[in-house]
Amino acid sequence: MKYFTRPKIRRVLQWRGEPISLNRRTKISEYESLVIRVEGLPRTTVINVGQHILIEGEDEENPYVAKVLRLFGDESGTQKKVTVQWYSMVSEVPLSKLKLLGREPHPQEIFYYQGPNCDDEVSAESILRPVKVKHLDGSAPFPDPGDPDSLYVKLSWDSKTFKVVDSALVNPDPAPASCPKPSLPPSPPCSPPAAAPASRGLARRALPTPDPSVMRRAALGEVRYSRASASAGKACYAAEAESLHSATKLSASKCLSAKRRNAMERTPGVRKKLELCSPEKKSMSHTDVLSQLLDEDLESEGMLAQHLSSSPPRTLSLGHRLTPLKKSRRASAAQDASPLKESTGMDSPPPSAAEDSSRELLDKSPQQGGLVEAGLPTSSVKTPRRRNATPRGKYATRGQKASTPSRQKGSKVLKEPALGALAEVDHEDSPMLPVTTPRSSKRKSARLVLSRIKVQLSLLENQQDRDSDSEEEDDFVPSKKELQSSSEEEEEGEEEAGLDSDEDVVVKKRRHASAGSRTPRSKQKTSTRTPRKTPNRKVTPSTPRTPHRATPSIPSRSRPARQPANVLEEARIRLHVSSVPESLPCREQEFQDIYSFVESKIIDGTGGCMYISGVPGTGKTATVHEVMRCLQHAADVDEIPPFHFIEINGMKMTDPHQAYVQILQKLTGQKATADHAAALLEKRFSNPAPKRESTVLLVDELDLLWTRKQNVMYNLFDWPTRRHARLVVLTIANTMDLPERIMINRVASRLGLTRMSFQPYSFKQLQQIITSRLNKVKAFEEDALQLVSRKVAALSGDARRCLDICRRATEICEHSASDPSATGLVGMGHVMDALNEMFSSAYITAIKCASVQEQIFLRAVIAEFRRLGLEEATFQQVKSRRTERRRRRSCRRSFLHESIDRLKFI
Amino acid sequence: MSKRKVGAAHMPVGECITQVQEILRQRFCRQRVPDRPGGVEAQHKHLLGLLKRTAVHGESNSVLIVGPRGAGKTMLLKCVLRDLMEEKEVQKNLLQVHLNGLLQTDDRIALKEITRQLSLENVVGDKVFGSFSENLVFLLEALKKGDRSSSRPVLFVLDEFDLFAHHKNQTLLYNLFDVSQSAQTPIAVVGLTCRLDVLELLEKRVKSRFSHRQIHLLSSLTFPQYLERVQTQLSLPDDFPDENFAQNWNSSIKAVCEDKSVRDVLQRHFNSSKDHRTMNMLLMLCLSRVSVSKPTIKPADVLEASRMCFSDAKANMLHGLSILELCLIIAMKHLNDIYEGEPFNLQMVHNGADGFFC
Repeated sequence: MKYFTRPKIRRVLQWRGEPISLNRRTKISEYESLVIRVEGLPRTTVINVGQHILIEGEDEENPYVAKVLRLFGDESGTQKKVTVQWYSMVSEVPLSKLKLLGREPHPQEIFYYQGPNCDDEVSAESILRPVKVKHLDGSAPFPDPGDPDSLYVKLSWDSKTFKVVDSALVNPDPAPASCPKPSLPPSPPCSPPAAAPASRGLARRALPTPDPSVMRRAALGEVRYSRASASAGKACYAAEAESLHSATKLSASKCLSAKRRNAMERTPGVRKKLELCSPEKKSMSHTDVLSQLLDEDLESEGMLAQHLSSSPPRTLSLGHRLTPLKKSRRASAAQDASPLKESTGMDSPPPSAAEDSSRELLDKSPQQGGLVEAGLPTSSVKTPRRRNATPRGKYATRGQKASTPSRQKGSKVLKEPALGALAEVDHEDSPMLPVTTPRSSKRKSARLVLSRIKVQLSLLENQQDRDSDSEEEDDFVPSKKELQSSSEEEEEGEEEAGLDSDEDVVVKKRRHASAGSRTPRSKQKTSTRTPRKTPNRKVTPSTPRTPHRATPSIPSRSRPARQPANVLEEARIRLHVSSVPESLPCREQEFQDIYSFVESKIIDGTGGCMYISGVPGTGKTATVHEVMRCLQHAADVDEIPPFHFIEINGMKMTDPHQAYVQILQKLTGQKATADHAAALLEKRFSNPAPKRESTVLLVDELDLLWTRKQNVMYNLFDWPTRRHARLVVLTIANTMDLPERIMINRVASRLGLTRMSFQPYSFKQLQQIITSRLNKVKAFEEDALQLVSRKVAALSGDARRCLDICRRATEICEHSASDPSATGLVGMGHVMDALNEMFSSAYITAIKCASVQEQIFLRAVIAEFRRLGLEEATFQQVKSRRTERRRRRSCRRSFLHESIDRLKFI
Repeated sequence: MSKRKVGAAHMPVGECITQVQEILRQRFCRQRVPDRPGGVEAQHKHLLGLLKRTAVHGESNSVLIVGPRGAGKTMLLKCVLRDLMEEKEVQKNLLQVHLNGLLQTDDRIALKEITRQLSLENVVGDKVFGSFSENLVFLLEALKKGDRSSSRPVLFVLDEFDLFAHHKNQTLLYNLFDVSQSAQTPIAVVGLTCRLDVLELLEKRVKSRFSHRQIHLLSSLTFPQYLERVQTQLSLPDDFPDENFAQNWNSSIKAVCEDKSVRDVLQRHFNSSKDHRTMNMLLMLCLSRVSVSKPTIKPADVLEASRMCFSDAKANMLHGLSILELCLIIAMKHLNDIYEGEPFNLQMVHNGADGFFC
């Protein structure tokens, strides 16, 4: 389909009006508003001081939200800068901190960002578009369904805590920073989206009321849309009429949301079907429509306005409404502005504007989708009633989409197995009418579509289940398959399998594309960005397969664990390696070194690598963890900027490449395949992001990440060197010369020379460790402790070993406690016993306990070795040796005969 | 009542014999765990204490039971588990996972088996069985979620422990030991192996995480103890239905054990091997010769059984040979001695055999 192709768009930024102030010395003038114009489009976007805007994020799914405080530039006009007050999207808050919220975050919720470490000056080029931000009282509920393209502020976030935010801060009117006049409402009707791609061919419809899912959907934009379509059955009608779009979108979006909570419903049969909700669900359907619209119409925002009310085809499509039942709803959906208003009840933005902005959202900031996506779990639960509405919209994808079957992946995102059963039940209670609602067709293809719809309708009436694999054949296949969940599921599985394979292809393609067509993103994020498929798509799909949220845990005890009853038990618990000591004695120097290294990197916002080596049991991992605890504490009290701490362990993954997956998951919560995760991380670490926190990555058992090409290690050490990565990598391994031994030069060179070696503990240190662990619990005699530590220090210096021996000694002591002479303390005797048990090799005992025959055989072997002077002998030789000895000693014992004979069979 | 008792006391001989066969066979084939572990009381106490602390206090532990084949490792563990399960506090708390190095030949299979035995897969449907790596992450996460005082302790029994050490990177062992050394779900890892040098098989970081507790099952059995053991193995328990028969049986067993020739035979067995299995095999052969017509074990039975045990399979094959064949074999033997193992052909054998016939 031609109309969908978008040429590159150039954005032009201009100051509007005269500078309100001019600093003569720095030659910086301040302005009141900025005009963003897209070449080839009549419309412009005006950014005013005090207005809320979306700013390009580190990837396309995640734009930042901010409020304009100041607009300024130099005289020549080449540099345009904006001073902003940041907001945090839900996804920007670390997962661990979200708990502080005490509730599920709203997907459209943002937080007034008061944290430190943030560059609040950004280039005007990176402005995507204005956005509407509403302040809500702390206790006020989120409007549901709310405005799709507004964001809500309730709380502020300073990277430690959430606080209620004053509405004055958020409200644009007070204009905190030198804003001379109150800014316009966000996305005023007169201002077309700034970077609207010029070539969108589609006319735009009014958008009905949104809900969170819509927002989410919308943000994902085309990608999402394609997912929906793909999941729905991936039929692609290149020449789909626009009229179809609305209807399809409707169903598709619904299907998306429904799917999300309902795994069962995903059925091939269902995918093609369009369903309309029964009237009582009207509002929902609206939202769905909206989202659908958002998802789908990426085409041409510019044209929208003109086409809206006047397009004859639309009326045509209206005439074709299928069932009276849906009429009202459809009407609202199909109609533009006025119905929209009614249904949504939202007053301020005229529909077109709303549309624009939402559209814009789609176009410019697919990344938003990612953000909202993060909040997904919450929202999916939010409206249970929607579960009933399980229309699957299959709708035609454009030709372009058709070419990328891989997008089907998206559908998987939606499966939420846990809810499946429930949803199914609901479903059966209220089966809905599947309906196709053609609307506002303005293309020539519209007619074609209409006829197709008719066909569909008749099919529908027959109520056969149709399946859908006929992707080419039609878009809308109504089916009631959803009711038969079991068969569907099977199919689903198949489908999934198929999808998987597709996925890889896509990834490659995408990567290729990004490498090729995409220019490296530099400081000025281009104005020409067309919505691109974002790799993010990939990420979500894998979630359903491994529902990490559903991680089961070991069932809890039916009876509580018994508390330690006496000194020895207490001591044993303290001596267990797992008990975390209050402090780490004897590693002060190492602790200090690592601490200052990491701290300086975090404060500077730079990256670096450190290699830590040492034999097992010398406290490498424990020390690093201790450092991290202290740093985290420091970050909590604001001494240093906040940071992420991620830990991976080479032993805890099955394959070196899994490292990417684990890092990505711990960093963002996304799941992805190894290749894709690598690409995402690469992107994340190489692109600048104004608000990024430092990341500290601990790689334990580094030697296991070795691969033949060493690309895993290479990447791990290469990322910190990127300018924007802010990544500190701490690596731990056993061997001191690992870099020299196994790393090729370019890897070793990137690792750098920051190395630290943990020496084995000396006996004094070991003694100190035990004493500090015991912490005044008097269970050991001094001499006993010294004996243990000296023994262990002489052998390995392994603290684990030392603790284990002490623990064993307490057991032995306890067993002998019945002895009245015992003092109750662990004495030398007990420790000696434990040492003997753990250090003595059992060979001697084993030989002593062997049967006579076995002993004789061993003797013969030794004799033969001595005779030959070699440590090798054939069995025949040993045997003959034995017989000889027997003869010489005239050993007549009859068993020898037999044993020799039996030896033959050994 | 008394009549019935008398009746019970005089069961027909055939029935008594059947009973005897049943009881003793169960004993020999180790289908029943003995009431008390013979000769390994100290180890039993040690292991029981260890596992009890895991189950009751939530203390993580790891231990290896090392002993030659037939030394009673599994028997010891079974005894301990039975005793452990008798305690109410333990009964509901302990989860058990049994793995065998011969069955779970790599970590992937082992992980699936663990997940299955912990019945974790029900929680998430079958979805969990994605890839190997997902599985590992999944399991580790599950284990990590627990803590000492709240989650149920898990007992991992790794039979043929040495085979697990051959898995790639020893991932499973590392992770199990690591969990047992960190504040996660309390687990006890019990490994059974017959390799004395099993610790040398472990990688150093795995070894460092192992607690180095080893329970050695090395029987320092002396011959009188061995004799006694044979006698107890053959004796009927006190609760045998027919008291008279049991008394007669036991006294006859005693007589057999004191017999000189039987003692010699047993001494030979003792010298060649001390393990329980070969002894049981011998006794089983004796037992199978007991019938209604011959209701007790006679010394001759033991001798015969021993002869069968020690019989040389190759020598047996010679028994059925014809004279000619024997001659050829003798000729071959001569040639083999002459040429010291160098190959020779049939003609040479024939020539050699000719000498016998002339």
